Amino acid sequence: MALLTVKQLDVHYGAIHALKGLSLTVEAGQIVTLIGSNGAGKTTTLKTISSLLRPTSGDILFDGQSIVGRPTHELVRLGIAHAPEGRGIFANLTVDENLEMGAYVRRDKVGIAADRERALTLFPRLRERLTQSAGTLSGGEQQMLAIGRALLARPRLLLLDEPSLGLAPQVVRTIFDIIRDINASGTTILLVEQNAHMALGVAHFGYVLEVGQIVMADRAETLAKSDEVRKAYLGVG
Amino acid sequence: MGYLRAVSPFLGAIVLAFVMQFGVAPMFGAYYQKLLIDIGINIVLAVSLNLVNGFAGQFSIGHAAFMAVGGYAAGAITYYGSFHVFGDALVHHGQGDVLFLAATLVGGCVAAVAGWVVGLPSLRLKGDYLAIVTLGFGEIVRVLLQLTDDVMFKRADIEAASVGTLALALGGALGFGGLPFYTSIVWTYFFAFTLLVIAVRLKTSGEGRAFLSVRENEIAASAMGIDTTRYKVRAFVLAAFFAGIAGSLFAHEIGTTLNPRELGFQKSFDIVIMVVLGGMGSISGAVLAAIVLTLLPEFLREAASYRMIIYALLLISMMILRPQGLFGVREVWELYRRPKVSRPQVRPPGSLP
Ligand SMILES: Nc1ncnc2c1ncn2[C@@H]1O[C@H](COP(=O)(O)OP(=O)(O)OP(=O)(O)O)[C@@H](O)[C@H]1O
Ligand SMILES: [Mg+2]
Repeated sequence: MALLTVKQLDVHYGAIHALKGLSLTVEAGQIVTLIGSNGAGKTTTLKTISSLLRPTSGDILFDGQSIVGRPTHELVRLGIAHAPEGRGIFANLTVDENLEMGAYVRRDKVGIAADRERALTLFPRLRERLTQSAGTLSGGEQQMLAIGRALLARPRLLLLDEPSLGLAPQVVRTIFDIIRDINASGTTILLVEQNAHMALGVAHFGYVLEVGQIVMADRAETLAKSDEVRKAYLGVG
Repeated sequence: MGYLRAVSPFLGAIVLAFVMQFGVAPMFGAYYQKLLIDIGINIVLAVSLNLVNGFAGQFSIGHAAFMAVGGYAAGAITYYGSFHVFGDALVHHGQGDVLFLAATLVGGCVAAVAGWVVGLPSLRLKGDYLAIVTLGFGEIVRVLLQLTDDVMFKRADIEAASVGTLALALGGALGFGGLPFYTSIVWTYFFAFTLLVIAVRLKTSGEGRAFLSVRENEIAASAMGIDTTRYKVRAFVLAAFFAGIAGSLFAHEIGTTLNPRELGFQKSFDIVIMVVLGGMGSISGAVLAAIVLTLLPEFLREAASYRMIIYALLLISMMILRPQGLFGVREVWELYRRPKVSRPQVRPPGSLP
């Protein structure tokens, strides 16, 4: 059974119809990517899955259970962690305190310490900055912190919104390597990206979103080779 | 251990309160003893408002209304209760103090219920909108209190009246005069120290971190699994409870009259200024600001008519020189501890200065 199933989702911002009958599935253990141009509705999709937005109709099943209408903080306990667009770190808390907040719903001290260690191993840069306030980190470091913090919730499903936004190519590569590592250790990932090339490179499956609707769905390798995707999102041809 | 941890703040508060009464107060004359009480009450008000405006990042400008709700509820209980128990509304130490304590706690609870009611809209409203709701609440309380009936002062009438009638006989626009003067340095500082212990524990625990994260970024906080609504309402209820306690202390203090005009938005603003001046989120900052802003108008009394202008200019220059308040979110004891870490005082998005 799929870990996440989104069925016929409609989301409105007032009169704006942002998602129009969107459906997608995320199989357990996979990286699934959602690509599309600016304003296509990618962020809206993730926010609706984590209940930061309420759909006007449609259903979302996590592990076979409907989660529509359940508050965000309960979904974290169920195992859905969202690293929101624009990072959403706590600027006045230190890096270490930010990580600690990531584990807010957990009580297993030993497990938390192990996951913190793992996050710091994935992002050695954070280890050097532990006592620094998060607001003084560079954009890339903040992104690392946002991902590391989401990992501390030990999610079953990790929602990543444009982790490569505004980062230097070298750092982008590091981030995608880490996304692969996180997935290899058993976390399912739904990855929203503008950088279609990198996203399709790490993902197992991909969806292409255009103005609120899925226009293509296929295995990531197949999408990366298709003419439409190459023209529209990979800037080829 | 857990039991000790639960009662120790109260034991500590009692000891400290007696130290204030018998150690500190005798050093001053009667006039300064009243100032000491004023300071204590303002500490309770500033530190409790800081829970909402500083910790939870909501912006309430109606704190005096909770003070009024608590003060009137407690005042009605001691005043009419005294007639029933003692036959008059004079101070009867011993039994009377027990009545006063009970009335004060009830006043706090009534204010807490009001805080819950006002806290609920804070689930949907942010920043300026919430501020307007709290301001509106303050005005409603003030107008309703002005509409109440005259205070009864004949024993026979009071004993014959129903509870409902008594609850409406709160003095209207003239104020609720004739309350017994139970407020002492001991009582004031008992509540002030109790609140301080609660506030410090709240801030330094994991809970406190959760409060700060709600204030910093509500969406990210809920993405961490924090029930942001619960935190905000909890802050409102706790803050209103202590504002109600402060209201009772104010109502039973010598030289004050419980009166709707005194507890209008002017008073609310005074409390907001203390929190902003001390630094939103800084407990010691709120305490220091409460002390300074209670004493300042007194010391400026010499300057007579220019007093309020000087006071205003001091505040304005303070806000220009240190917009984050005296301490920002930090505490006095943290000022020198982490010089190596630069903490920029980034204002959380959506919050008012
Ligand atoms: N709060 C809002 N109020 C009104 N309209 C909104 C709001 N948020 C998003 N929209 C609109 O909904 C549509 C989808 O926005 P969304 O943020 O989901 O796009 P996106 O695919 O994440 O784009 P980007 O790649 O630029 O981040 C856009 O047309 C946007 O203007
Ligand atoms: Mg987006």
